Amino acid sequence: MKNKIKVLRAEHNMTQAELAAEVEVSRQTINAIETGKFDPSLPLAFKISRLFEMPIEDIFQNE
Amino acid sequence: METKQNSWKDASKKNIRQLAYWTGGWVVTMAIASFGQKYFWEGNTVLSIIFIFIATLVGIGMILMNRKYINSLDEMQRKVHIEAMAIALGVGVVGGLSYSLLDQANVIGFDAEIADLVMLIGITYLIATFVGNNKYR
Repeated sequence: MKNKIKVLRAEHNMTQAELAAEVEVSRQTINAIETGKFDPSLPLAFKISRLFEMPIEDIFQNE
Repeated sequence: METKQNSWKDASKKNIRQLAYWTGGWVVTMAIASFGQKYFWEGNTVLSIIFIFIATLVGIGMILMNRKYINSLDEMQRKVHIEAMAIALGVGVVGGLSYSLLDQANVIGFDAEIADLVMLIGITYLIATFVGNNKYR
């Protein structure tokens, strides 16, 4: 699954650690999601979409 | 944001610390129950039962703490640990039974001990956790 988290994080001037803290996961998990190694659960994807105030399908796209 | 980050990390660290205390406690009580009857109270069944009971109770505490620790992890960390546990369980069952059969068939020149199986499971779990963490790095 592709995602725009890295871009959105850069736009919001956030580090991986700050985003991880906001959605209550480890920094390694954010890194794995950004690099496409790990697909987040629906609740975590919703947390991220709420944080960036964007629809979930605009952040995550099925490859 | 700083407070939120700290609270998540602090809770995680607290769970790891508590799990370490319970694991350490279990190892100590197991050692007392095991070596005590050999070196300190040889033949005293009552003392053996008491210390085995204590070790079992502390072991149950460790199991519950381990469950709490696994539940406190985030979803990726939990996935790494669940995969590692699946591999460790499989290796334990398959390896343990094969080891026992080797003993029964007198292929190995010593008795198959349960402690060997515990070590096999522990080492497999450690390696599988390490490999799993690297996979998502």
